[in-house]
Amino acid sequence: MAEAAVPSGELAVRRWVAGSGQSGLRVAAFLLAPFVFVLLLGPWLPDWLRAVPEAWSAPFVGWINVIVGVLRTEEIFGLLTFRDMSRAIANLIDYPLDFVEAILVAGFSDSVPGLPWIAVTGLAIVLGWYLQGRQLGIIAGVCFAYMAIFGKWELSMVTLSVVLVAAPVAGAIGVALGILAYKRRWFETLLWPVLNVMQALPHFSYMIPVAIFIGIGHKAGTIATIIFAFPVMARLTILGLKGVSPEVREAGIMAGCTGRQMLWKVELPAARPTLMVGVNQVIMLCLAMVVLASFVGAKGLGHDLLNRLRSLWIGQALEIGVVIVFMAIILDRLSQAWARKEPEHMREGPFHVRHPFLTAGAAVVAVSYILAAFIPALQLWPKSLSITTAPMWDALIDYIIVYAFDYLELIKATLLVHVLIPMRDLYLLLPWSALLVFAVTLGWYYGGWKVAGIQALFALYLAFAGFWERTLITAYMVSFAVIVCVIFGSIVGIWAASGPRRTKIVELILDTFQTFPSFIYLIPAIMLFNVNDFAAIMAIVIYATIPTTRLTIFGLRTVPHDIVEAAITSGCTPRQVLWKVRMPLAFPAIMLGINQTIMYALFMVVIAAFIGTTDLGQEIFRSKADNNAGKSLVVGLCVACMGLIADQLINAWARERRKVLGLA
Amino acid sequence: MDAKIACRSVWKLYGRDPEGFLAAHGGAPPDDAIEADGYIPAVRHASLEVFPGEILVIMGLSGSGKSTLVRCLSRLIEPTAGEVLFDGQDLLKIPARELIEIRRHKMGMVFQHFALLPHRTVLQNVAFPLEVQGVDRATRENRALEIIELVGLKGRERYYPRELSGGQQQRVGIARSLAVEPDVWFLDEPFSALDPLIRREMQDEFLRLQTMLQKTIAFITHDFDEAIRLADRIAIMNEGRIVQIGTPEELVTRPTDDYVANFTRDVAREKLLTIASVMEAPTDGQPLSDSVVRRTDRVADVARMIVTSEVPLRVADDDDRIVGVVSRTRILDVLFSRESGAGG
Repeated sequence: MAEAAVPSGELAVRRWVAGSGQSGLRVAAFLLAPFVFVLLLGPWLPDWLRAVPEAWSAPFVGWINVIVGVLRTEEIFGLLTFRDMSRAIANLIDYPLDFVEAILVAGFSDSVPGLPWIAVTGLAIVLGWYLQGRQLGIIAGVCFAYMAIFGKWELSMVTLSVVLVAAPVAGAIGVALGILAYKRRWFETLLWPVLNVMQALPHFSYMIPVAIFIGIGHKAGTIATIIFAFPVMARLTILGLKGVSPEVREAGIMAGCTGRQMLWKVELPAARPTLMVGVNQVIMLCLAMVVLASFVGAKGLGHDLLNRLRSLWIGQALEIGVVIVFMAIILDRLSQAWARKEPEHMREGPFHVRHPFLTAGAAVVAVSYILAAFIPALQLWPKSLSITTAPMWDALIDYIIVYAFDYLELIKATLLVHVLIPMRDLYLLLPWSALLVFAVTLGWYYGGWKVAGIQALFALYLAFAGFWERTLITAYMVSFAVIVCVIFGSIVGIWAASGPRRTKIVELILDTFQTFPSFIYLIPAIMLFNVNDFAAIMAIVIYATIPTTRLTIFGLRTVPHDIVEAAITSGCTPRQVLWKVRMPLAFPAIMLGINQTIMYALFMVVIAAFIGTTDLGQEIFRSKADNNAGKSLVVGLCVACMGLIADQLINAWARERRKVLGLA
Repeated sequence: MDAKIACRSVWKLYGRDPEGFLAAHGGAPPDDAIEADGYIPAVRHASLEVFPGEILVIMGLSGSGKSTLVRCLSRLIEPTAGEVLFDGQDLLKIPARELIEIRRHKMGMVFQHFALLPHRTVLQNVAFPLEVQGVDRATRENRALEIIELVGLKGRERYYPRELSGGQQQRVGIARSLAVEPDVWFLDEPFSALDPLIRREMQDEFLRLQTMLQKTIAFITHDFDEAIRLADRIAIMNEGRIVQIGTPEELVTRPTDDYVANFTRDVAREKLLTIASVMEAPTDGQPLSDSVVRRTDRVADVARMIVTSEVPLRVADDDDRIVGVVSRTRILDVLFSRESGAGG
């Protein structure tokens, strides 16, 4: 190369590693060499290079607990403690929460009942119809009617009311932070890393601090939900505002907008598509979290699901699971339809012609109230008429246990003895110094010194946090699950990408599955494999396969058409087209899918601790039991660090690779 | 006549410390210094004037700095150095509040990709500049309705931009920029995103509006044919410099360098050139036709008459004095682009 006349030392090393640039194996070998070297050196390394002795571990837990203690007990300005203040603020959330709950189900008093279930169902139909069309209206109606008829109406409405309160609050906080970050450069530099860490923290890490400062209960669950959901909105607000076309912004300036007019009249409306993606995600995260928030006492569907699972009443748990799934589907569909909905010019005429759906909605409410006054079954579906499918599910599970138990046990035992346990023992041999070397080498090669530095920080945190062994166990579970996910996901993805109809079907399934709160995935795992490591891994696999599959399809389907045609005219067989052309080009996308799979797996592994594992997740659960906020945060950060290491490396690699392939 | 808007020695450099760099080189750094220090010159030492009622077309290929220059004129981009004079007042020295007032009342701009606000109807888009000024609703909507009718979109007031075709969207963009009755009108490649037939139609529409409104116009394009069609004068830019400013005819007949000549090579000269630029001095005793052409006639309009005549024709000026002759060989040279008719 011409410009290679005076390569810097760094560049020279890079060139040397890349060789003639054709062999991925050569690069891999060079990059892994330092790691393998430390690994092989393992048995001769001094102990402290393998696992940091307890005495040396940084007392993060203690420090955080001291801070928490101060915040709990010390009075600021001699008036209130931080805890008093946080509780006072939290009490504010009670007003909207009670209000929405009263409207949806509880009623304001005996004489003013809440909306009858047929009113809510009718409104859902009108809303679905308005946002997209008749089909969505029908789906919405069926989902809500199901909740009523299967006797889950009150629980569902309580859960829905938390979502309806938490989502707007989280959205507003997110938008406000996003705007501030967009306007003030320094705030953005501050906010990004915080958002990154927050989005990598497992759900449970939010709960304990919230429980300490606000207490256990419905309110705390709502607050935890809000805290969990707002980062995504902040992130998408920043992206959306930055993505406003410069011309639109210039049009605003030329019209003579002041700064404030610019923001409210031009930039925010122009960023609507991105903001609406955020709205959809906030709603779905709220639902996922409110189900889990039952651990800190949130009421609703999650609470009952948790109790049923704890008592191993699988049939009933499954039934609640189905309701949650319906809730997820309908919230997702409605919010996506809302996001897609483009403004249309209004027809002229009297009010009901200009606003047909508003009129229909009002009519539905009025008619429902009148009908419900005469027919109580339309106000609240009577328990005696509720249908339950629980006995059927229980029978199914009994059947499975009777006829398939031996096979399932055999699979489980074989895998445990021959794969899982050896793998775990192998992982436990991993010295932290090897991880450090691995992360830094790859970070440097793909991202430069800055990335290498950040990687080193993450690795050192993991080593010195004092939970190294648990980290390794988590790593083993996650990596086994991820391997299974990748194999399974890419096979399904390749199959699905081979024809437009298959793609459509599989994508529909994936879309639906992705909306389910992660907690739901525990149900089939427990159902089939009872409570152990294996069931946990199964739950992770079911949940975390989705992104790999999705991005495999995406990567394969978006390979430029002319390249595929060029391959065919060069005489490639279909198999050659797949393996020599489409797969290499789709590979960066697939890697991003694997990246997401890792994140999903890490989230799930913590939730799966609920069914008894010995990893970091279990530590988080224990810390919840002893109200140890410090520990829950430190361990949560361990999980986050593992995710962030993988995330940063894979992203740096994918960026580099896409640049090489000219896909960026 | 005083220029409505003008710029003097405007520079726009991108890099670490453009002001310091310019100052260090006395305000006019040589090209190799700019490159050596890693600065990217978007506009170099540009000066031009636009007179009231004139259409000045700024022509250049992508990356030539034409968009940057026009944004310096409206101070959408802060120039690194130079003066921008609006009615004799330096825009770069006035406070932000005053600049907003000037933009609100005296400037309008049309954008390449229309830059309409997607969440507003046609009516609301057009009324938008009045809305931010605080004009009350009835007044601004009446005014917007008038302009919507002017640009030929009557009946579409309640439509949203995405419900309109590209040409219609740009009509909305034009209407919006005219809503405040600006003195100066900036158009940044307004028709480049449209397909050729629509583009032609919009150019006619633009000329029609200009005959009615007589705005002072800075019009950007990368299409030389469009420039010739619309311009009173053309400024050609290359690598951030203005290489030549002149009427279309001047550019064709007297390009300052090969860069300009390259653009003008394929132009249909006969439609552009006047007889004045191809006529010769009469020689004594030469046999001449009885027919007379005017020096301001376009070659294309009188070519048939001249070519069918055996002998040269006489050329008269506005006072009917004979100022030269024009022969069929000269006209044939123009028609077949043998050589530019340097002369007149």
